[in-house]
Amino acid sequence: MAEFFHMGGYAFYVWMSYGIAALVLVANLLAPRWQRRRLLDELARKARRSRRQQERAARNS
Amino acid sequence: MFMRWFHELGSPPYFYRFAGRLIPWLGGLCLVLLVTGLYLGLIVAPSDYQQGESYRIIYIHVPSAWMSLFIYVVMAACGAIALIWRMKLAEVVAISSAPVGASFTFLALVTGSLWGKPMWGTWWVWDARLTSELLLLFLYLGVIALYSAIEDKRQAARAASILAIVGVVNIPLIHYSVEWWNTLHQGPTVTKFDAPSIDVRMLVPLLIMALAFKLFYIVNMLMRARCELLSRERNSRWVAELAEADHG
Repeated sequence: MAEFFHMGGYAFYVWMSYGIAALVLVANLLAPRWQRRRLLDELARKARRSRRQQERAARNS
Repeated sequence: MFMRWFHELGSPPYFYRFAGRLIPWLGGLCLVLLVTGLYLGLIVAPSDYQQGESYRIIYIHVPSAWMSLFIYVVMAACGAIALIWRMKLAEVVAISSAPVGASFTFLALVTGSLWGKPMWGTWWVWDARLTSELLLLFLYLGVIALYSAIEDKRQAARAASILAIVGVVNIPLIHYSVEWWNTLHQGPTVTKFDAPSIDVRMLVPLLIMALAFKLFYIVNMLMRARCELLSRERNSRWVAELAEADHG
């Protein structure tokens, strides 16, 4: 097991490569998730606001 | 029948739902391939007789480099379709490909550097292969920057598409750079015309990883395309209904 992680003395180069790759791929998966969440929240807020405005306008008329 | 389906796929709400159903399946398959590829590449494959264990960077480096070229060609082709036929969906696919493409280009450069240090004794050389790959990264970043700088998204997509298409000249340059110029970078070992000069136990995990990265690209592009469609169609009825149902 220790030998596996040692990578014949190239541990730094090999595991840095795999580590950076993992980070970049995970970041790519998270970015669109967050973006979609933010967008849907924003749209829902806007929809609620316009519905309240319509209700108020209906009451006042 | 197929043409009708293809036509429907061009409609944003249909594409949004279709992509949403496709993502978990392709994502699951990608994960299985990734785990298999890593197991075969890191544990089963023998070490290289010249490079020892350091060669195992190949399973990230080479698939990333392949994908950096593949995604660019897809992006430019979709850009061309968007320019010629004014297809909205082609614009969305082109622009949603850019961040993943830039990521794989970045990975190809960084892992190449991490491989170059122990094998060539240097992190970086300004030779044809490395320089043209760096140029590819700047092309991707240029496409992303240009698209986000222009307010009107249809005009932004047109400008970004033109830049992507012009940048295609760099692709054969990268591919043939190791043959046209003297370089530290080795020539191709897998795509040679005769049998590849690489052990099968090394070749199989390499191809599995390449397939996994390709699926990762498709999944990620679809995820980003869904976001882009929501954002562009934010004033349409289907998006309003979706947001409402989501917060029901």
